[in-house]
Order: sequence, then C-alpha cells, then structure tokens
Amino acid sequence: MNDTVPMIEMRHVSKHFGNVIALNDVSLHVHAGEVMCLLGDNGAGKSTLIKTLSGVHKPTSGEMRVSGEPVRFKSPAYALDSGIATVFQDLAMIPLMSITRNFFMGREPTVGWGPLKRIDWKQADRIAMEEMARIGIDVRDPSQPVGTLSGGERQCVAIARAVYFGAKVLILDEPTSALGVKQASVVLRYIAKARNDGLAVIFITHNVHHAYPVADAFTLLKRGTSLGYFRKSEISREEVLNMMAGGAELESLDAELAEFQRTPAESQTASRAAIS
Amino acid sequence: MTATPAAKDATREDERIAAVATWKKIMRRPELGAIAGTVLVLAFFIVAASGTGMFTPAGIMNFLEVSAQLGILATAAALLMIGGEFDLSIGSMIGLAGIIIAIPTVQYGWPLWAALLLAFVCAVLVGWCNGYLVNRTGLPSFIVTLAFLFILRGLAIGGCRLLTGRTQIGGIQNHIPHDWLATLFSGEVATGLFAWMASHGWIATNFAGNPMVTGIPVSIVWWLGLTALATWMLLFTPYGNWIFASGGDANAARNSGVPVHRVKISLFIFTALSATVFASLQVMDTGSADTIRGMLKELEAIIAVVIGGALLTGGYGSAVGAALGALIFGMVQMGIFYTGVNTDWFKVFLGVMLLIAVLFNNFVRKKMMEAR
Repeated sequence: MNDTVPMIEMRHVSKHFGNVIALNDVSLHVHAGEVMCLLGDNGAGKSTLIKTLSGVHKPTSGEMRVSGEPVRFKSPAYALDSGIATVFQDLAMIPLMSITRNFFMGREPTVGWGPLKRIDWKQADRIAMEEMARIGIDVRDPSQPVGTLSGGERQCVAIARAVYFGAKVLILDEPTSALGVKQASVVLRYIAKARNDGLAVIFITHNVHHAYPVADAFTLLKRGTSLGYFRKSEISREEVLNMMAGGAELESLDAELAEFQRTPAESQTASRAAIS
Repeated sequence: MTATPAAKDATREDERIAAVATWKKIMRRPELGAIAGTVLVLAFFIVAASGTGMFTPAGIMNFLEVSAQLGILATAAALLMIGGEFDLSIGSMIGLAGIIIAIPTVQYGWPLWAALLLAFVCAVLVGWCNGYLVNRTGLPSFIVTLAFLFILRGLAIGGCRLLTGRTQIGGIQNHIPHDWLATLFSGEVATGLFAWMASHGWIATNFAGNPMVTGIPVSIVWWLGLTALATWMLLFTPYGNWIFASGGDANAARNSGVPVHRVKISLFIFTALSATVFASLQVMDTGSADTIRGMLKELEAIIAVVIGGALLTGGYGSAVGAALGALIFGMVQMGIFYTGVNTDWFKVFLGVMLLIAVLFNNFVRKKMMEAR
C-alpha cells in the first residue's frame, strides 16, 4: 500500500501562534483505506493539527498535499471541497432535530421551483434510512429526534453524513472518548468499515485501547513535535502507551497503586482514568 | 436509485414498537400542549359563558380579532424563538411604526402608501440592526433587544413630540379609501358571503336585514396567512431546517454549512415587519397613532409562543402552536369579559397558564429524549 500516493500528507508542518510553537516540524501521511491514529496527551498539539488539516488554521511553514497535489486551504469550506471532512466530538448533531433533518442540515435536497421549492422529504428520509442501515443502525423512524439515539449512534450518523457527502479523508476528533465501552465499539466498528470502503481516516484519541484495534499506523505527538510514525507491526500497545504518557510517570503511578493492593487490571484502568 | 435490501430490512414492521410509534409521533409535535389547552379553554367558556353571546358570530369574530392581532406577532416571534433568539423590541416597534405611518400622512401630506412603505423600510432596518448586533457582539438577544425596546420607544415619543408637538396623531381614516396599499390593512373580506348567508337566514341580522357580522376582519386573514407561510417554511423548506439548526446548536449548524448569521438577521427583520403589520392594522382600524401603542406586546407574543410549545432555549417549536397560543390568549381575554369576571383577573390567569405551559413543555421534551 505504501507505494501509492498518500491521500493526505503533511510535510514538515509548523504552526506558531505568536511566540508559542504549537506544532513543530510535523510530518504524517495517510493512504486510502488506512486508519492513522493520532495519539497525544492533552496539550500535545492534536487540536492544532486537526484544525490545520481541516483548514481552520494555515500552517506557518511546511506543506500539505491531497492526493499528491499541494494545497493551501483558505477556509474550512476549501478543505471540505477537497474531500476532507472533520467530525467533531459533540458539535455535529442537534439532539432535538430529527435524524433526517440532521443528516441533511445545510445541504437539503429540494424539489420544485421558485416559491414552491421545498425539501424532498421522501427522498431525504429514504437516503437517511439507507445510510443508517448501511452502518448497521436500525432506524425505525427517520423523523425521530437524534437525541433519542445513543452517543455512539450519534457519532455514527455524523460520520455517515460526512461519507455520504463525498468525504475522502475523515478526521475524527475524539469520537469515542465520551462513550462507554459498548458504544465505543459501535463507532470503532464503523471506522473499520469506512476504511474498508476506501477512505483515509485520521482518528484522534488519547485512548490507546480504542486506537490499537482499528489502527494501521500511529503518529505520536508530544509537546508540539512528532515522536514518530509507526506501522502497527513495528510497535506494541504497551510501547505506544509508554511513549504517549511518558513511561516513567506511569511506572511511578503503578508503584503507588500497587501499595493499595490492587490487581493489575484495576491499576491499568485507574491509570487510564488519570491520563484522561 | 432504488432502495437497497438493507434499507428495506430496516423499514420492516417491528411488532414491539409499532404500538407506541404513533403515540410517540404525536408526543413529538410541539403543538400538543396548545391543542389540549385550546380544547380545555374552549370547553370551559362554552360552559361558563353560555348564553352570553361569546359564541355568536359576532362574539367569535371579537375574540378571533384579538387572537389575530397577537397571532401576527406570535408567528414571527415563534420563528425567532425557534431560531434561538428573542425580540423584546416588538412592542416599541409597533409604537414607532404607527408614528412613522401617521406623521408623513397627516403632517406632511404624503400618500398613505408611501408612509406605509417607509414604515416597512424602517422595520427592515431595525430588524437588521438587532440581528447584526446580536451576531456581531455575541451578546444575548435579550439584552440587545431590551436596549432597542427603550431606544425605539424613546424615538417614537421624542420624534413625535419634536415634529408635531403631540404624542397622538388622529385623522388618518380620511386617507384610507382608494389607497391601494392601505386597503390591505383595513376593512373586512368575504362581505358578500356574509350578506348571502344573512339573506338565507343562516346568521343573525339587525333590524335592517343586514348581517350583524358583515365580514371577516382583514387582521384574521393576515394571521392565518402568516401562520400558513411560517408553517410552510418550517416544515418544508431548507430555510426552515436552518432555523431549527441555528436555534438548536449554532456551532453545529455552522459546521454543517448553515448560514447562521443570515438566518438570524432575517428572523429579526421578520419580527420587526410583523410589528409593522400589526401597527398598520391598528392605525387603519382606529384612524390614529399613539406613541405608547404596543406596550407589553413583546411579552404577550412570547407567552403565546411558549404556550404554543416552543422551547425558550430554541430549536423546537411551531407556528401552528403559536397561533393556538394566540387563540387561547384571545379566548381567555374576551371570555373573562363575557363571563362577567372582573377583568383584573385576566393577568393572573395568563401567568398561571404560562407556568403550566412551560412545565408541560419541559415534561414533553424529557419524554421525547427518553424515547428509545
């Protein structure tokens, strides 16, 4: 897969805000049909990186390429036009609005002409049902409010919407961090499905246990610099975790927790909670 | 495109939820509370005001006219509230618009239509100002339009006294006949129908054989027309979807490509225009303008909208609900008069009704979000 041109690529991108260096010489690339996990602790520069990719920020230096072509996004709309869709954690869906209304928000299909131009509800409902069925969510009634869906399902609707409207690159900002285990697995399964459909996925998270099963590659960020790009075969889950949080910190935490006579499994859960 | 087998599979009947689906769908409609309220209030007055003439054609027209005037404001206020904002300057805009219609006509001899057009242009400007400031400053619309409540009222009183030396202007009725625009805001429609019904003895007539009710006041036509227009927009147009989205979550809407700022400005313009329609109807009806007209109308409109099932937080509500809210308002106001209860008690009733409506709305919203 590595011999093809990456779907999206960042080359030596830096971003400065005044004298704060938010990103320093970060390079990454994602191929079609690949999930790249972007891991990093709070303040590592994940948000800046996403916003640069999605056109909110312009890089101070460095280059971005989509399908091998150099690009400069003037605004998020340009990124969208290039097929880069960003799904933010809780800024995607409006709970009181119906699934169909949410799905087509801002891009409603219409029929008729002039003052009689109206939303083609039949078509819209049908597409919404179809797309939801495709991701394995059984929608009884597309006019039911999105608020009645679970958190994981809501994320899935947001992703399905991005895919339906022609995204080639999906940037998912912490899609699982607010979800329980079962809900997170719904989203993870869907991410894997999107990859199999040939999308390039950038999955931002600080939860290694969510990232590891679906990822093909990892990029680790720490204090604005990249700690490196790793194929999944090159790195184990524990190594990722250690690099991310700084192994020493976790070891001392483990030692502390051991004093409370906890089982290893419990201490791991606790340390994960401490990170997030 | 044809439905995939998977989609067909998803639409299959599910025997476990089919029974509640219809009920849930009804529960989801914002008008539910207002419909129940309308039936309740109607039933109450049919019993309490029986034999008083409230439900004769004349009586019905009476309370419908009260409802219609408020309903015109409530429709626009409903759209704005669904869009996530308030407009407290509606009442003052009514006073100002009345003055803008009256002064050029009476004082400077303008044709009435020109004065009316001027008033509507001013309304667009006021609405635009409200919307622009709310968008630009990010302040709550409550504060921005509260400022305009005072600014517009002050402009009306100050400007009127400066130009005419008075705060009331009369003598407009002479200008109404033969003015193409003014006739849109005065008189009655379907007068022929009522005369015809009277000639068949279907409705009450006076000693001269003319019907007691000669037609449908034009305000009622405006009310029904605006409600229908707003309902069409909300339910069937992309713009309606943008209104819901802007009020539901402006950030999410913006991320999805909804022009939130433009939507909000247009809604503020719509409320100011509705206030001007109200003022035009009132000026044509009474033949005079008064700087203090329209006081507290902004709050009455909000009450009607909330009784109609809209959420104060935006993103949810309906124009039909607002119309029913206005209908309840009119029925209670006139009904109290007909039943002979001291009208001082009207406001107590209004406040209690508002509380009940809000509590009921909260309950419905909770139920709606639980529905899984």
